[in-house]
Parts: sequence; structure tokens; C-alpha cells
Amino acid sequence: MAGSPAPPAPPVSSVVIVGAGQAGADTAAALRGRGFSGRITLVGEEEALPYRRPPLSKGYLGGTVDAGDLELLPASSYADQGIDLVLGDRAARIDPEERSVVLDSGTRLSYDRLVLATGARPRRLPVPGADLDGVMTLRGLADAAALREALRGTLREGGHLLVVGGGFVGLELAATARGMGLEATVVEVGPRLMARALSPGMSEHLRAEHLRQGVRVLLRREVAALRGDASGHVRVAELDGGERVQADLVVFGVGVRPGAELAAAAGLEVGDGILVDRWLRTSDPAIHAIGDCARFPSARYGRQLRLESVQNASDQARCAAAAICGDPAPYEAVPWFWTEQYATRLQIAGITDGHDRAVTVGDPSGGRFSVLCFRGERLLGAESAGRPADHMIVRRLLAAGGAGLSPGEAARPGFDLKEYQGRSRQPA
Amino acid sequence: MAKITYKHPNGTDTVVDVPSPNTVMRGAKINNIDGIEAQCGGSAQCGTCHVYVDEANTLPLPPMHESEDDVLYGTACPRRPNSRLSCQLPVTDEIDGLVVHLPEAQS
Ligand SMILES: Cc1cc2nc3c(=O)[nH]c(=O)nc-3n(C[C@H](O)[C@H](O)[C@H](O)COP(=O)(O)OP(=O)(O)OC[C@H]3O[C@@H](n4cnc5c(N)ncnc54)[C@H](O)[C@@H]3O)c2cc1C
Ligand code: FES
Repeated sequence: MAGSPAPPAPPVSSVVIVGAGQAGADTAAALRGRGFSGRITLVGEEEALPYRRPPLSKGYLGGTVDAGDLELLPASSYADQGIDLVLGDRAARIDPEERSVVLDSGTRLSYDRLVLATGARPRRLPVPGADLDGVMTLRGLADAAALREALRGTLREGGHLLVVGGGFVGLELAATARGMGLEATVVEVGPRLMARALSPGMSEHLRAEHLRQGVRVLLRREVAALRGDASGHVRVAELDGGERVQADLVVFGVGVRPGAELAAAAGLEVGDGILVDRWLRTSDPAIHAIGDCARFPSARYGRQLRLESVQNASDQARCAAAAICGDPAPYEAVPWFWTEQYATRLQIAGITDGHDRAVTVGDPSGGRFSVLCFRGERLLGAESAGRPADHMIVRRLLAAGGAGLSPGEAARPGFDLKEYQGRSRQPA
Repeated sequence: MAKITYKHPNGTDTVVDVPSPNTVMRGAKINNIDGIEAQCGGSAQCGTCHVYVDEANTLPLPPMHESEDDVLYGTACPRRPNSRLSCQLPVTDEIDGLVVHLPEAQS
């Protein structure tokens, strides 16, 4: 697929977007921003106006951010821009031959181009007791609202939170819960926290911070079963070694399943996500897939990627909108991501997985430092804690190919990215 | 409320009334002004809401915090002395008439 030529650009007069999350809403806005004057229908199964998810596990749970603050755009903006919003309805079926989508309500929408932006759904571990009351997941606003209540209730009763999974959603949740004063345990089956996204050094920094804040972090441990009380509410988790952990509220943060069912049922190629080419077209060229649900070939990293980040959703939305408007370019944006836990603001530029050399710059003992990750002589990315300038500079280095800065130079005593950039940036 | 002019790189202008409380970034988003992305939603982390404040500006803008200064080290278009993150510019009556220039690219 990756070798096929740029897509031809027949005129498009109607676009249907399935999934009114970050990627879907950004596609609609980007189409209008480019002057697309045809019909745009944005279909979302959630009732709420499209919203930002990052605060759900941060300020919203903690009570410092309200649901209204999460809206990507006010309702009036969709009307002003002639974007037909269909909320609280689900796309049930695609008919690629007829180029139409049928919704749960029975409505049939025909399209010249279809954009699948169906996101992902959280997984639950298939352990006994996973369906007890008080066992939850966190993905959408409805989950977050229920969890916010449950956290408050658990705190009132002096209960204990168990987070299953040491990924970023679970860790942010544990941090927010500690901030509220709740006792919390994190159980992670792998050898370290956020293992897929972080180098061992940064991962350890994060673990130390959670321990300092009073979270119990159990690595290389598995939940074998959850046990409830007489009323069917979870109270205890049994771990693989037989240990029992108090658990009055359990949240699974064990990853997601990409929303590929609709695509698969329509005969599109799928495999841990909806498979797309470099222009984000599925195996049917009239259908794009973007955001958390899409698996795309990355020339930068030489493999297929499926990313779960606002950056990826938003940049892929713009890429698909450009292609639909007859101005296609392959998707090559530099990936980046952030997470906030306690006072630590961690930003990741690029994808550091697969590095063979890590160089730490800055002040690790003061908690403000970056880990620059290389494979051979090539910069793959960097993880920055409390060092936004490093993060931003690395994003620019990666955009330029990541070949300029060598690990040897970065490891020189006193090396500083701001100073390096000042030296290497051509005068404007 | 403030009238804000967003000047596009192609020479056209978009002039809008933005109610308070909002930011100059949000004013662009709600009016779908192409050229402001704001991926981090206004938390001074992404640098995709970069603007150049008009050189002739005399309206009072808040001073730059360290985090804004840091983020401006890596914007897609070069930083200039009048570079700001538009998410860090609150809309108040005092900035009625503000003119900002949009860069060629944000990411
Ligand atoms: C708690 C939490 C915290 C996060 N924090 C960060 C962070 O700090 N930084 C960061 O970069 N990223 C973060 N993310 C990830 C980021 O929010 C996602 O990567 C992003 O939302 C993906 O956008 P999307 O549009 O692909 O999917 P989503 O935003 O999930 O939107 C998909 C939408 O499609 C709808 N849908 C699915 N199927 C259908 C159907 N058949 N018909 C109609 N509608 C359908 C879904 O209901 C959903 O509303 C976080 C995610 C979560 C859950
Ligand atoms: S919106 Fe991200 S820095 Fe302003």
C-alpha cells in the first residue's frame, strides 16, 4: 500500500465523518478552514458536544475543570460553519458499494468521502469479579463523571483505590486520587511503569514520584480475581502470588481496543486498528481512517504505528482534510504526547521505543531533565520532565530528520539544548 | 469583549468580536480561523497557537511566563521579539483592537 501513487482528486461534494471526538471534529473544522463548501455531517454516538479527553483524568476528576470547559467548540460554531452535527446516534453499518452509512436511528447518509474517526474503547481484564459494582474504566465524559462521584464516595468511606495497569491514564488517575487524599495502589504486570512509552530512566523517575506521594506501586504483579461484598460491590483484589489488596474502587487502565468493528464489517482491511496508507486511506480509497483507530505506515520510524494522542488525532485530521480537498500529502507529522502527574509535566517528542542509547541532560535530582534517546547516531525522540524548551527543540530537530545532533555531542558535559539550538539555527 | 484582527500570511484579514472570558487562541478557534491549531487546548505545552503581535501594538498584554518563553523555543515558524502563544493572551476590554499576525505554519 505504501508504494501506491498519491490519490487522484475527483470533486467531492459530501463528506460523512463517523466519530465526533478530537479527530472527527478537527476534520470538519479543517475542511471548512480549507474552504470546502460541500456538505459535512459529523456523527457521534456520545450525547455531548465534541470535547477534549486529556483533562478527564486530570483536572476534571480532581474537580478543577468542568464539563463545559472541555468542549472543543461551542454549539454555535458548528452551526456557523455549516457542519451538520448528529449526536447520540451511532453508525451501525457502512455500505461501501453504495457509499452510504446507516445509523442506529435508521438514517442513511450517503457520502463521496467517508472519514472513520471512531477512537478506541478501554479493555477490561477477563478476571473473575471484573463485572462487580465499583469496577470501572475511563475513556469518555460519562465514565469520568461516574468515576468522579465514585472517588468522592470512596474517600468519604475511607476506602482504597486500586488501579490495574501502569499506563498514563491509570497513573494520572492515581495521582489525582492521591491529590484528593485517597489511598491508592497501582498493579502493573510489566517490569516498569509506562513501559511502552518511556525509557527506563524516566519510568523510574515516575515510579519514585508515585512512591514519594504515597502510592503503592506493585510491579510484575497480576490481578488474579476481584472479590465483592454481599451487595456485589468490589472490596478485595487477589494478586497472582495470593496477596490480597483492599480495593473499594477498581479502575482498569490496561489499554484500549481500536474502534475497527465497523470497518471490518464493511470488508476494509484491519489488524489492531483500521489499516491505512501514507495518505490515511483505507483499502477503499473513498474511506479515510484517522486518530486512535488507524494504523498507518510511518516513514520516519520505518514501521506501522497506531498512536493514541491529541497530536496524532489532530494532525491526521488535517492530513485527511487536505487529501479530500484535492491537496494530498503523506502523513509525516512528528509525534508528541504529554502527561501530568502531581507537579510533573512530562512531554514526549518522537517515539523513543527501540533506542539503544539514552543521554540525560538537565537536573534529574531537581526533577527537571530530559532523556534524549538515540538509535545509533540518529535521534529517535526525547522525554522531558519540566523542560518544555527541550521538548520543543527536539520536536524541531525531529521535523528536520533527527540527524543533526549526535549522541556524543549530547553527552558532552554541560551540553544544553537551548544553547545548541542557538548555535545551529540558521539566522532567519 | 474585544475586536481582534487576525492577519493571514496571504494578506487577508479576519476581524471578529471575541467575548470575554476567552483567549486570543479561543477567539480564533470558535470562529474557525485557519492557522491556529491549539493542540494542547491552551495549557502552554504545544506551541501550535503561535502568533506575532502587530509591531505597532500599544495595547497592554500580560507579561510572558517562563513556560510560554520555553515553548516559544520550538515553534514551527521562527520566533521573533513579538512572538506570543495566543492561548496565554486573555481577551479583555483593554485589548479591544488587537492585531495579530498568523505564522505560515503551526506544526
Ligand atoms: C483519560 C484520557 C486522558 C488522555 N490524556 C491525554 C494527554 O494528556 N495527552 C494526549 O496527547 N492524549 C491524551 N489522551 C488521548 C487522546 O485523548 C486521544 O488520543 C484522542 O482523543 C483520540 O481522538 P480520536 O478522535 O481518535 O478518538 P476519540 O476522541 O475517542 O473519539 C472517537 C469518538 O467516536 C465515537 N464513536 C465510535 N464509534 C462510533 C460509531 N460507530 N458511530 C458514532 N460514533 C462513534 C466515540 O464515541 C468517540 O466519541 C487521553 C485519553 C484519555 C481517555
Ligand atoms: S494551545 Fe497549546 S500552547 Fe497554546
